Amino acid sequence: MNNEPHTGSGHDEKSGDLTRRHFKNLSGFPIKSLYTSEDIIGLDEGLDLGLPGEYPFTRGVYKTMYRGKAWTIRQLGSLGSPSKANQRIRKLIEMGATGVSICFDMPTIMGRDSDDPLAEGEVGSCGGVAIDSLEDMRSLLEGIPLDKISINFVSNSQSSVILAMFVAVAEQRGIALEKLTGTMQNDILKEYQAQKSYYFPPRPSMRLTMDTLSFCTKHLARFNPISISGYHLASAGATPVQELAFTLANGFTYVEEGMKRGFSVDSFAPRLSFFFKAHNDFFENIAKFRAARRIWAKTMRKKYGARDPRSWRFRVHTQTSGSALTAQQPENNIIRVTIQALSAVLGGTQSLHTNAFDEALSIPTERSEKLALRTQQIIAHESGITNTVDPLAGSFYVEALTNQMESECYNYFKQIEKLGGVISAIEKGYYTRTIADSAFSYQRAIEKGERIVVGVNKFVEQEETDIKLREADSGFEKKKVEALGELRKSRDKNLVKLCINEVREACLGSDNIMPALIKAVKAHVTLGEIIAVMREVFGEFREEAAY
Amino acid sequence: MIAKPGLDGRDRGAKVVARALRDAGMEVTYTGLHQTPLQIVTIAIDEDVDVIGLSILSGAHKTIFPKIMALLEEKGASDILVFGGGTIPKKDCRNLETLGVGRIFTPGSDTQQIIDYINDVIRG
Repeated sequence: MNNEPHTGSGHDEKSGDLTRRHFKNLSGFPIKSLYTSEDIIGLDEGLDLGLPGEYPFTRGVYKTMYRGKAWTIRQLGSLGSPSKANQRIRKLIEMGATGVSICFDMPTIMGRDSDDPLAEGEVGSCGGVAIDSLEDMRSLLEGIPLDKISINFVSNSQSSVILAMFVAVAEQRGIALEKLTGTMQNDILKEYQAQKSYYFPPRPSMRLTMDTLSFCTKHLARFNPISISGYHLASAGATPVQELAFTLANGFTYVEEGMKRGFSVDSFAPRLSFFFKAHNDFFENIAKFRAARRIWAKTMRKKYGARDPRSWRFRVHTQTSGSALTAQQPENNIIRVTIQALSAVLGGTQSLHTNAFDEALSIPTERSEKLALRTQQIIAHESGITNTVDPLAGSFYVEALTNQMESECYNYFKQIEKLGGVISAIEKGYYTRTIADSAFSYQRAIEKGERIVVGVNKFVEQEETDIKLREADSGFEKKKVEALGELRKSRDKNLVKLCINEVREACLGSDNIMPALIKAVKAHVTLGEIIAVMREVFGEFREEAAY
Repeated sequence: MIAKPGLDGRDRGAKVVARALRDAGMEVTYTGLHQTPLQIVTIAIDEDVDVIGLSILSGAHKTIFPKIMALLEEKGASDILVFGGGTIPKKDCRNLETLGVGRIFTPGSDTQQIIDYINDVIRG
């Protein structure tokens, strides 16, 4: 193991320090010492790159990119209690954030109310906000201009209920639904593949996704109903090229599912959006974004017959890599986040979340969160890289990598197709196996010293850096459970019963479930109660406990 | 035994550790996701395991570790070593130690350290 403290500064060629390194990127592609025009023979500027804002969008989805409008600076505005999260969101907006992501605590993510026995000890966990009822959603969003600030709900299996609450709050506040901006993550496929916060088997889950998609297409024209996410695949261990391939394959699956239900492709594809991770390998990350745009555009146009150019645009939110952060020498993470953020901007992201440097240790402090926000503002306003659109186009290395990413991606598509498509590959355990293999190889490469992580397997310090962490709000769970008890007592019990029955009927039927959910949340039926009915009707999914 | 208690489904660490322990010649049971403390303790006793490794990334360690320690005690199985891994602040690690919990491996830990730790404890 390579854990001895390293006292030298810089590399030591005599000891073979550099020659021993494997020149491979995170996807495992061997990297040459030099790239020339030989490496991009056949690359056609018009056909393969196009101009920014033009098919196939390799150079970016908009013509003026960051000269026209900076990416959305989107930070996490959540914290256990809905009212505290609301203060946090307001503070972020005041500091210059232009978008907000809201993540939920584990019980909310898993469709359990705060007073569910399985929720004990986890209410407000992971820095997520606890949402039981419409009252919580109202308090979370109070005073936030929902038509101006784009809210990204990091919600998956529970998305139909969260959407119902969001719609109900907007209606009560008199905001027209077609003005609502924001995103619902609502990507169930990657839950089975990586993040594992599923409840039902894939097929009923897909039906709920399609119901929300169809509802949003009709009523929330500015809202992104699905954010197809590679981030969690990468966090679970997928390499960048696997993240690229699996995410796009998932995206195409949603397109096919929508078309199967009789929606025309151009009626919903323009509102599909994506979510990528910016990992450590700088140029590989940039190539991933470029390849994604090209593959999406070509496939949407040629395979699915999309005619509306907006259906060809791969619009993406990016988050720097939580799993690349280290608990050792945590301040080093500030630099990692900066490099990853730069690569996302050079890759042409539409929205960016920079992680706080202390996240490998705990929920971030206000200080570390502010630093993460300021990092983006420095990149946007001081670095000069936003002055021109897609400055890396034409680089022999970047274009060669982009091509390589693209062709390897098609190999993965073929494998998935052979398994019978994405849902069938999930059912066969393909993703969990492939991703676990990649995670294990990555860990092995670090332990063998083939891949260097500063402060972990090189330049290790014996003394631990002492940084101040956020204290957990220990009294919150008790208060939340009591408030929920009060709500259960005070609501109209007959109406609750009626609404729950209507939700059950809607689950059993084939009409869109959203109207029944909106009616139920307005009657103060809780998230946990609704999900419980759905579990009864749809059944529960269990994966094989393999490693 | 490597276990994933609670509602969190992020199983990368648990799976990497389970595989590394198996490759080091240990017999490994992985519980899979979303296990309650009672399920974990029951499986541990049924399978007569030597150690339980709990992977917790959600912040629920303060509730889950004490419950498991109490259940083991109640069932006369306190000889089973309980250790852990995940995003657990140092201060909390020290508090867990006073409950009799073994080492906590935070992000960036080397799997060899975990293997050596288990071997040391088992072979005394």
